[in-house]
This record gives sequence, C-alpha cells and structure tokens, in this order.
Amino acid sequence: MALKGNLRDFSVVQLFNLVNLAGKTGTLTLEGPNVAAWVSFRDGKLIHAQLGNEDGTLLGVLTKAGKVRPEQSKLIKGHASDKSDKELGLLLINAGYLTQQDILASIQHYVLDVVYRLFAWVDGFFRFDNDVLPPDDHITVRLDLENVIIEGSRRIEQIQSLEDEIPNLDLALNFVERPGANIRDVHLNTQEWKVVSYINPKNSIRQIAKTNKMNETEIRTIVYGLLEAGLVEIVRAEGAPMPAQAEQFEKVNKVERESLVNRLIDRIRSM
Amino acid sequence: MQTVKMVVTGPFNSGKTEFIRSVSEIDVVSTERSISSEAERVKETTTVAMDFGRITVDDELVLYLFGTPGQKRFDFMWEILSEGMLGFIVMVDSNRPETFREARGILQTFRAYAPTPYVVAANKQDMEDAWEVEDLRIALKLDSKIKMLPCIATKKDSVKSVLLELLYSILEEMGEVN
Repeated sequence: MALKGNLRDFSVVQLFNLVNLAGKTGTLTLEGPNVAAWVSFRDGKLIHAQLGNEDGTLLGVLTKAGKVRPEQSKLIKGHASDKSDKELGLLLINAGYLTQQDILASIQHYVLDVVYRLFAWVDGFFRFDNDVLPPDDHITVRLDLENVIIEGSRRIEQIQSLEDEIPNLDLALNFVERPGANIRDVHLNTQEWKVVSYINPKNSIRQIAKTNKMNETEIRTIVYGLLEAGLVEIVRAEGAPMPAQAEQFEKVNKVERESLVNRLIDRIRSM
Repeated sequence: MQTVKMVVTGPFNSGKTEFIRSVSEIDVVSTERSISSEAERVKETTTVAMDFGRITVDDELVLYLFGTPGQKRFDFMWEILSEGMLGFIVMVDSNRPETFREARGILQTFRAYAPTPYVVAANKQDMEDAWEVEDLRIALKLDSKIKMLPCIATKKDSVKSVLLELLYSILEEMGEVN
C-alpha cells in the first residue's frame, strides 16, 4: 500500500500530522517544481531532513551554523574526507573543538530550517517509504512533531484552503485524549493560548473568535494548527439546535427500531 | 409495507453507485451520468441528483439505499434525503487523496449530525495506490469510535459487511440510549 499524492491535496502540515499520529518510521520524499527534499522519521519523531543538493553533511551544517569557519572547514575536509559524520563528530568533540550539544543543536537547527521551508510548498508530489531511513553513519536528532506542526501552520498563507479545512465555525472544539498529546508541552504564542483557554464543547469556534476579537482567518489558522498537531478535535457545540433528522429519531419507538434493525441484519447476512 | 432507508454519501466518484448496485435487487436509478453532456450539464443544476437501490427484507419491510453526491455540490439534498434515515455510509476513494479534503468537509458536517449513526467505507482497497485504512482514518480526522471499514464496492460481500457494521453501530447506539 502506498502513501503518495500531491501537496495540493494533502499539505506538508497534514503529512506531518499523519506521521505523528501513526507513529510512522520511514522517509517522506517531496518533489517540488525544481528541487526534491527528504524528511525522515522514527516512531513519529522527526530525525533528519535534506533539501536537494544542499550540503547537509555535518561539516556543511556546522559551517552554516558558524561553529566552524570556512577556512577550518577546508582544512578538515582535506584531513578527514574519508570520515563519516559520526566519526567526524567524535573527532571534533575529542579534540575539544565542539561539544556534543553544539553538534546536536546545529543539526537540529538545520533540520528545522529545511522543514520550515518545506511548509511553504503548496504543489508537488509526495511519497512516504516505510522503514527507509538515512544511513547509519548520519547523525540524527529526535524532535516531537507537535511543535513543528504548530509552527508550520503559522506559516500557511493559503486562506482558501483554511476555509475548506474548517468550513463551519459554529462547531466546537474539544481536547483529544491521546497518549503524548499534552497541550502544556507545546510552544504556543499568546494568541494561541487565548484560544486554548476557551476550548470547551460549550463554546463554538465563532464564539471563541468573537471573545478574542479575532477575524475568521485568524481563528481558522490557530484552530488548523491545533487540529493538525492532533491536540484538539471538532465536535458538535453543546446546546446547538438538533438537526431535523435527529429529532425525528427520538419519535420512533425504540423496541420497534431494534426489531427492525435485527430483521435487516438477518436479511443482509442471508444475501 | 414499512420502508426504511440508509444514505450513502461521499465525494464524486467515490463508489456510491457501485456500492448500491452490488446489493440492490433492482437496477440502480443513477443520475450521476448526467454530468457527461452539455445539455444535461445544465440539467444538473435543477435535477434532483441521487442514486437509488432497494433490498426487500420481508413482506412487510423494505430497505431503500439512497446515494447522493458530495454535500458541497448538493448540500440542499442532504436534509431531504436524511429525513427518517436509520444511518449513513460515507464512501471515500482510498486511491484519490485529492478527494480527502471534500470527504473531511462531509464528515465535519456529519459530526454536527452526531445523533445519527454512520460508518466510513475506505473504498477501492484493491487498488495498488490505495492508502491504508489507518492512514485514511488520520487523514480524515475520524474519531476512533467511528468505524472505518475497508471496502471494495464492486464486491457484494464487502458491501454486505459495511452495511452490517452500520447496522451493528445502530444497534449499539440504541443500547446506549436505552
């Protein structure tokens, strides 16, 4: 079974949400108009990212982060060109040039930088290959996706797609009861916290927006991020008028209905 | 003669007609084909668009299956078709992620109709590019309590099992209410 499609139909934010909630391990390949990118995950955590031909080697990452000067980089390349990233990292730590923390922070920064750029992609093919991971000699990180998704959703500029995703503001929100889904662990900004504080099946999304003096796009952007991070779900607002067919259900005799449903079951089983 | 009905909905070309056709004892009355010609395209905006199938249960009971296109285009149909229905099935083409957004919109609307039991059928699971059922569940933001069932709408047994699961859900819901 494949997990592939076009970013027009299923965004990078949504893909990350899928990987996060399914706890997937593997590599996501994104093919943009001019460049491809590869993002790897282990058990639903972000571990590695590579954009096109950008120098994503440890030396390239450290140089970009200013941890290694360009002339030092040339020197190291000359002396340690046969070393893998892990070997080079150990060499730099043992030589006292850098700490393990320096190296991991630089890689983390690079991975996030690549990923945040990918959130701007609105077109291009994607494919997820289960269990395909970067080679063992690469240094990987382990980043929770909730914060990455929230940050990615802040960068969405496609207002139309937000309206398609959340067409009805008269519905309410509820917190998801999922292991690992803790809103306290997510880095929210002030506006997002304001929304979170009103999340309750009694409050419609529209009411939350009104209370916080937000327009429809602002509230949709925040709700979209919380939804895609798997922290909240959309529910029917408590106290909302019951739809016509639901009211009709209540009028039907329950014993009669049960008998009727059992007859239907017997008939369909016998087909 | 008592009649009951179930509604089969979902994005365009998700397999509603095939689903109903697989179990209906009459030829399915389908209006989806009207989209193909210009003359009928005009008619599309005025004609009540739906599929219609029937299963006779016994001398006193008949089940009607109504298939409607996605609510975005035909949302005016929803209220009419849903009157008095036992429950509904949301069909999703597992093979076409471009329809998932519309399916999510339909499901979001259905959540607002929470008291009515429903199941989601992940159709075309026999296709090479079909998304796995659990991936689809996440993609559609489906509550874990809602049944998401693999389906091949052209196969009678597969359709039967979706219908049965919906009926079991209806029974469960009645138990909870009681």
